[in-house]
Amino acid sequence: MLPCDYACRSADHTVSRRAFLGTALGATAALGAAGFANPLAAQQLAKTQKRVLVIFLSGGVSQLETWDPKPNTDTGGPFKAIQTSATGTRVCELLPHTAKQMHRIALVRSLNSQTDDHGIGEQVMLTGRKPEAGITYPHIGAVSARLLGGSDSALPGHIQILPKGGSGFGGRDAAFLGPKFASVSLGDGKPPADLFRPGNLGPAEDDERERFRKKLNDRFAKSRKSAATDAYTESFAQADRVVKQAAVFDVEKEPARVADRYGRHDLGRHFLLARRLLEAGVTYVKVSHSNYDTHHENFDFHIEQLGEFDRPFAALLDDLADRGMLDSTLVVVMSEMGRTPHINDRYGRDHWGKAWSVALAGAGIKGGAVIGKTNANGTAVVDREVLTGHLFHTYLRAVGLDSTKSFYPNERPVPIADPKTAAIPEVLA
Amino acid sequence: MNIPPPRAVFDPTAARVARELKHARPLVGCRFDPSGRFLFASAEDDSVQRFDLLTGEKAALLGHESWARGMAFVSPAPVAAPDLEAWPKRRRATQSVVGFGAAALPAPPAAPFLLVSADYHGKLIWWQGDSAAPKPLKTVEAHDGYARAVAVSPDASTLASCGNDHLIKLWRAADGTALRTLEGHTAHVYNVAFSPDGTRLVSCDLKGVVKDWDLKTGTCTRDIDAKVLHKYDAGFMADIGGARGMAFRSDGSAVALCGITNVSNAFAGVGNPAVVLVDWKEGKAKLLKTKETFQGTAWGVGFHPSGAVIAAGGGGQGRVWFWKADDVSAHTLNVPANARDLTISPAGDRFAVAGANGTAYVYDFNGPDVPKTATPAKK
Repeated sequence: MLPCDYACRSADHTVSRRAFLGTALGATAALGAAGFANPLAAQQLAKTQKRVLVIFLSGGVSQLETWDPKPNTDTGGPFKAIQTSATGTRVCELLPHTAKQMHRIALVRSLNSQTDDHGIGEQVMLTGRKPEAGITYPHIGAVSARLLGGSDSALPGHIQILPKGGSGFGGRDAAFLGPKFASVSLGDGKPPADLFRPGNLGPAEDDERERFRKKLNDRFAKSRKSAATDAYTESFAQADRVVKQAAVFDVEKEPARVADRYGRHDLGRHFLLARRLLEAGVTYVKVSHSNYDTHHENFDFHIEQLGEFDRPFAALLDDLADRGMLDSTLVVVMSEMGRTPHINDRYGRDHWGKAWSVALAGAGIKGGAVIGKTNANGTAVVDREVLTGHLFHTYLRAVGLDSTKSFYPNERPVPIADPKTAAIPEVLA
Repeated sequence: MNIPPPRAVFDPTAARVARELKHARPLVGCRFDPSGRFLFASAEDDSVQRFDLLTGEKAALLGHESWARGMAFVSPAPVAAPDLEAWPKRRRATQSVVGFGAAALPAPPAAPFLLVSADYHGKLIWWQGDSAAPKPLKTVEAHDGYARAVAVSPDASTLASCGNDHLIKLWRAADGTALRTLEGHTAHVYNVAFSPDGTRLVSCDLKGVVKDWDLKTGTCTRDIDAKVLHKYDAGFMADIGGARGMAFRSDGSAVALCGITNVSNAFAGVGNPAVVLVDWKEGKAKLLKTKETFQGTAWGVGFHPSGAVIAAGGGGQGRVWFWKADDVSAHTLNVPANARDLTISPAGDRFAVAGANGTAYVYDFNGPDVPKTATPAKK
């Protein structure tokens, strides 16, 4: 049994308000000079700004119990395949609500991620590359925040909602793009506790305090103004903008009927939060759902976990579409690996990266498309093998980016996506 | 009928593998028919396999489109058990006299009975269990989601089924006519069993909530706590539990449930097999422990006619545990494969387990009863 840490509880994920706001500053610093000058332009950007939502089914969801069912075979398990809204495409019966959304969803059923390891699997799925000595590649979240960062967002560009754990600053997932594009984690969907103004401090007192701080700051700047003091000043301005957006994090502001549609459980609440963050202009949101590492009782656990996932996922797609946001928001449902076609003696499935599936929807994606094929009992890819690099290119192309360009850390070119692979044209609208 | 006289003391150490009944796919459930002549074993290929312990013949019951673990029998009248030992001996004796080219001694006909099986799609199928090639007689879409277990009342009039829709449904056992739905569970219902007097039905769900139903009124009269069989694994963020097996003692004094407890890692099945014995009158549950430390799940449980509790299960390996009077198991058998179900023959002379390796292992308690001879005293 490989060790795995699905919802990292390391010290990196516990951070002070200052660190959180520092990250917010970093995200804004990436937005460019346009800043927040023109509200009308900001509204327009909100409609057209590309965003990315990754739903990460932690532990390794079974492709056979989701996107690539093989009923009545030696590997297929007990569940049946059901018709979907995409003619000819069937998915597992554990996804009845998602099945009605399949006309919006493209499936890649021929992914070979080339690893059965949790940690490496997550890395290759989020970076599109195998680990290499001497370089760490940025996650798709950091790349999205860097390349798609909207000009009007007061919020960090790279947020991940974890099923539990502390809220704070991820730090390392931006690699050479720098900490300004690293993730801010919201453990159990909660922002850092000290994001909100203390209850005993009224708005007027808070304004007075801020005026006093500015007065001291201006006095200091008159004699010692520098790039560093400018950055310091901007960080406070940015922090102030984030604090003013704090209500975005409060899903209790959603009408009860909306919360009901998403389901009154953690994942429903997290999906609702993700929608609010995307609406508020956050470029990249990742929502993780735990846990699918079902070496034992795979079928009962998938009934339970996919029962949580199915309805809120369908509600989320509906909401994004109703708001006109689905055309500009790429949605990806991934995992760090699939699960073995072979059913073990404990009714479990083990780790399997050789032939599994990923679902995509939204911006630039051809709804209803099915790419690639596995054999009759799902043990091997028999058509159109896809590597994680192909997916990474596809994500970027779907949101209108040229994935063949390079970053230039230390003035050295590093291709944004693995140059040995390319986007999957069949999946792009 | 050649049932040996009951042993003065139930001796689990006498159990030996008598038959290994092989199938090409992993087995998920097993049941002896009311006469003990047949062993029915359901498999991961959606079939139910019928093994005739008298003739050695195997027949496939094809009709489910998913795995069928729940199986129960409807017998129109008390069934006489066939003589599983004498008949093969008589056949061999006949052949030795008249030669193997002679016509074989015809197998005695099986007593008629119906089998009802339940599958993951919520479907119940009725079969003529004793026919040469059983075909589905009736199919009922019983539950929205996995129909996990079925049981037949002692008078053979009523069938109970339970499933993932949190419901228990009662059917006319003879033909599948719907009779009543029992609502009250708030989680997947894992098992059902009738009391021997037929007045009560007991059920247990994923969360270890045991309900006592009055069949006359259709109401739940009490909940019994078997939550030791459930855990919400905060690391895995999922529930694990439920009564994987359940049985009423023949005198109605107790109910046994089995599953997993002490779960520390749900995804790997790290926990201990557990049998919970409920004093039916008092409604109090106690945990029966296995003598040896073992990681895994108890998948089947039953009462031997002597009153002893037998459970089978497995983790990486298979085990059968026996409890006589104490709370700690008296004896353990190693099974060659993870045991996914257990059935005890009506006469109590044998039991069988469904192996994850596709083999049903039939164990016999009635091996040669070695007479105790007095050891000559040393001079």
